[in-house]
Amino acid sequence: MSEHKLNLKLMIWKQSGPDVKGKFQEYKVSVSPDSSFLEILDDLNDSLERSNKEPVTFESDCREGICGTCGLVINGLPHGPLSRIATCQLHMRHFKDGDTVYVEPFRANTFPVIKDLMVDRSALDRIMHAGGFISINTGGVPDANEIPIPKEISSFAFDAAACIGCGACVAACKNSSAMLFVSAKVSQFALLPQGQPERYQRVEKMIKVMDEEGFGACSNTYACEAECPKGISVKNIARLNREYIKAKVKSHNLD
Amino acid sequence: MVRLDSKVPEGNIAEKWTNHKFNMKLVNPANKRKFSVIVVGSGLAGASAAATLAELGYKVKVITYHDSPRRAHSIAAQGGINAAKNYQNDGDSVYRLFYDTVKGGDFRAREANVHRLAEVSNNIIDQCVAQGVPFARDYGGLLDNRSFGGAQVSRTFYARGQTGQQLLLGAYSALSRQIGKGAVESLTRREMLDVVVVDGVASGVVVRNMITGEIERHSAHAVVLATGGYSNVFFLSTNAMMCNTTSIWRAHRKGAFFGNPCFTQIHPTCLPLHGENQSKLTLMSESLRNDGRIWVSSKVADMRNPNDIPENERDYYLERKYPSFGNLSPRDISSRSAKEVVDEGRGARGTESVYLDFSDSIKRLGKNVIEERYGNLFEIYETITGENPYSVPMRIYPAPHYTMGGLWVDYNLMSSVPGLFVLGEANFSDHGANRLGASALMQGLADGYFVIPYTIGNYFAGEKPALIGTDHAEYNNTVSEVQDRIKQLLSIKGGKTVDEFHKKLGRIMWNKVGMARNKKGLEEGIGEIRELRSEFYKDVNVVGSGEGVNQCLERAGRVIDYLELGELMAVDALAREESCGAHFREEYQTEEGEALRNDEEFAFVSAWEFKEDGKWDLHKENLKYEYVKFATRSYK
Amino acid sequence: MSWFFRSLDSSIGKKILMALTGLFLILFLMIHLAGNLALFKNDGGLAFNNYSSTLRSLPVIPILEIGLGLGFLLHIIQGVRLWWLNRSARSEKYKINTPSKGSSIFSRTMVYTGSITFIFLVIHLRSYWYTVITEGHEVDLFNLVKTSFQDPVYSGFYIVAMALLGFHLNHGFQSAFQTFGWNHVKYFPFIQKAGTLYAILMAVGFASMPVYFLLGGQ
Repeated sequence: MSEHKLNLKLMIWKQSGPDVKGKFQEYKVSVSPDSSFLEILDDLNDSLERSNKEPVTFESDCREGICGTCGLVINGLPHGPLSRIATCQLHMRHFKDGDTVYVEPFRANTFPVIKDLMVDRSALDRIMHAGGFISINTGGVPDANEIPIPKEISSFAFDAAACIGCGACVAACKNSSAMLFVSAKVSQFALLPQGQPERYQRVEKMIKVMDEEGFGACSNTYACEAECPKGISVKNIARLNREYIKAKVKSHNLD
Repeated sequence: MVRLDSKVPEGNIAEKWTNHKFNMKLVNPANKRKFSVIVVGSGLAGASAAATLAELGYKVKVITYHDSPRRAHSIAAQGGINAAKNYQNDGDSVYRLFYDTVKGGDFRAREANVHRLAEVSNNIIDQCVAQGVPFARDYGGLLDNRSFGGAQVSRTFYARGQTGQQLLLGAYSALSRQIGKGAVESLTRREMLDVVVVDGVASGVVVRNMITGEIERHSAHAVVLATGGYSNVFFLSTNAMMCNTTSIWRAHRKGAFFGNPCFTQIHPTCLPLHGENQSKLTLMSESLRNDGRIWVSSKVADMRNPNDIPENERDYYLERKYPSFGNLSPRDISSRSAKEVVDEGRGARGTESVYLDFSDSIKRLGKNVIEERYGNLFEIYETITGENPYSVPMRIYPAPHYTMGGLWVDYNLMSSVPGLFVLGEANFSDHGANRLGASALMQGLADGYFVIPYTIGNYFAGEKPALIGTDHAEYNNTVSEVQDRIKQLLSIKGGKTVDEFHKKLGRIMWNKVGMARNKKGLEEGIGEIRELRSEFYKDVNVVGSGEGVNQCLERAGRVIDYLELGELMAVDALAREESCGAHFREEYQTEEGEALRNDEEFAFVSAWEFKEDGKWDLHKENLKYEYVKFATRSYK
Repeated sequence: MSWFFRSLDSSIGKKILMALTGLFLILFLMIHLAGNLALFKNDGGLAFNNYSSTLRSLPVIPILEIGLGLGFLLHIIQGVRLWWLNRSARSEKYKINTPSKGSSIFSRTMVYTGSITFIFLVIHLRSYWYTVITEGHEVDLFNLVKTSFQDPVYSGFYIVAMALLGFHLNHGFQSAFQTFGWNHVKYFPFIQKAGTLYAILMAVGFASMPVYFLLGGQ
């Protein structure tokens, strides 16, 4: 535990609505190095509220890096300068006294700003509605041990399924592409026997919606993997491409 | 006086649910689409219920304050989910899971509910695997299990340390499928602010659109609340920032009885506080206690570096007080003891934390073994605290984690308001006075996938398909109540922030209605909460307006409901003059400091009926134990 | 549009077209470099001119030329389209841009290295291919090459362009494999290394020609 305080200049993006022009607003804060980044925003808001000024709107929920609600671009990097963590897991001891810290929202046309640092990521949900599932109803399923799944395959599927849907991949990609997000779900189900019946139509449907939503294409820069708080591998994107090619060759879908 | 009817079916415990399923009325498939359901909350219970009800053909609306149903706090559950599969051939059975859960709940849960939970536990695992949930597997490709929470069998299914996430994403995928089909209407970023009750029957909800600020009305033939627990009444808890009690509290004020509000579980191994601006607490796996030794300095306000405190000045208090279980003493004992030593001023370096020391284990087993067992936990610890647990003892502290209490429901999961159903952590039902590890996920999914789809049909079969429109006078009344409340909050314009009140309430709850309670403290607590509540109405400052995004207003609405619930928790704790499970009344303990249950007088569920602010009537649902016989635990 | 063209026009389809044409051009560059090595034969250009006139006389060459032209064209048009579409997926840019540690400079600059390569290609075609086409088979191509490379400005541009082409190829090579889905834990590191080696070979190989003449070769 540290006793000293860090004095920081925060440059925070303020934007009152989706169609309004935003700009950086400067805030000076003095913070404990043990605080998390979001806690200093809490503190800042508390002091703004106390002086009856409008607080900074930002989102967060679990603060354990698993719900995917938080997501800030800090000094140009989604979820901040450290790798493999979400914004809520970033602590102030990684900053130096006197630093200027720029805080921006995730930016992409598919993620319109709602207010300040809060963006609308519902486009990701709409991709999931198109095919991010296995079409079974509740009940009437076989015993869980009916189908053995090799430990390794199950583990690969888990690696892909660990995606928290925060959208940092889109935010990090120079093309605002959602390929890492989509590939994680497609991979999880393509690897598992349960996903086989809908394997090809799933990838076709999800890519179709992904394109309709206006996400960019993948340029294989791999920035998504580097910024992903769960380290989802771009190997999943390769698998997604493979699945898509196979689907287009094999499926009977003329769309 | 309202009669509390648990509607538990007759017959042998093992046949109750089967018989009940047969005896329940069915809705004609063609009629199902004429019935609509509003599901509030999209966690394990809500998402699984919404998806399953839509599959059956009902028209479903799912309401969540998140931007996506996938964000619900079920996602943060780490450990696992129990099921009586007996895949390990170690003697597990439905009956044993039932038995362990009743006993674990310290004989304050309803036997029939618990047995049903154990019965459907196996279906849950089948369902989740079919959805593609990547549970841990063994080299042969079959599912792996581990033992959890002191159970003597290995019945916990897990997906690394992210079981809750994987289960929720499974339910979310089932829900997504129904949303994609148009069978479920997903209403995100909306916070339920009240339930509409027409002629004593739940008819719909009033919600605030958190983007536009608009107050919306939604009506349906039944309302299902699956909005989670209320640990955030303590301000600091392992719950997510937005977790709140508003939906169940507002339903409570509209007539739904609140069951066992004082039963709150405190988890012993959480990361310590770092300062005043700490926003929440993070759980660390309890497995750490297997190799770590818990201690504090024997001196008050010892500010020395822990490594400089000599062995003879250390107090290994759990080993001292509970020699046979030591550092592995149950959650409540170990939590309570930590608070005791901290209250004595002996916390680690004067802070609210105790040491969890691995140096002996490292000496005995080598650093490699410790790293193998706890490497990732140590890493998490270091990321958050900046301290290296290999060289400096870890610091831990207990944190509120789960609330066994919740809205009272009958066997059909219907509250005392007809048409209002409550699932998951939001209801009081299956865990009694203490929840066992890996049982929360099980209950959420049991309620959503396998109970409500049957029982809601039975309810609909007795109802008419005509829907009460949202232009009904009762909707107008409820909307103006909600609007008045918002206006009131915005007009106070005092000098204190919402968080200041929340933190103050949290302190009162932690000190007076926390792990160890006594008559004097509870009475003081009630007074302090009331005072704080009236101060809130005089001196809070809610910045901004009711239009558009206003997170300050959102928080204010939640905190004022906590300020009311907090009082009821204290009232309930005061009325329950015994110690049981997580509820420890200092006046009622054995000479060894063990909880002293009073089965003669208190083997009942406290169901509180709201009368007016600060006034409740107590109804008692007596609990009968026909299968599991009363017994007392001992960890000495 | 049939399903085929619609598929090729999806985000993945566009990438596949880039990768296919890219790999085709990669193949072409190798053949092109191998043939042009004849420049280094110290025989006053005999070998090189022979090689070039033999090529010219083959009837299959004009067809291949059309194919090659189409390959280039598709690669360029598609590249520009993708760049434009990708760019417009983020109308409001970040104010602070910090390159992600995981992404290479080569991958982020494909459109720039590609554009310069395109400018180079125009000049390159004008200098040699156009002359041959317009002036017939009698042109002493070797001398043309030698004279132009003796100009330090022309050679300088050529060398810089080849370096940038190397950057382009370095990413393009492995990227094509990733796009086809051939990213395997065992083989992909090899593909990446092979790509870098290929890119260096091409850049050094092609750049060695102007360097050779600049330094007074032959």
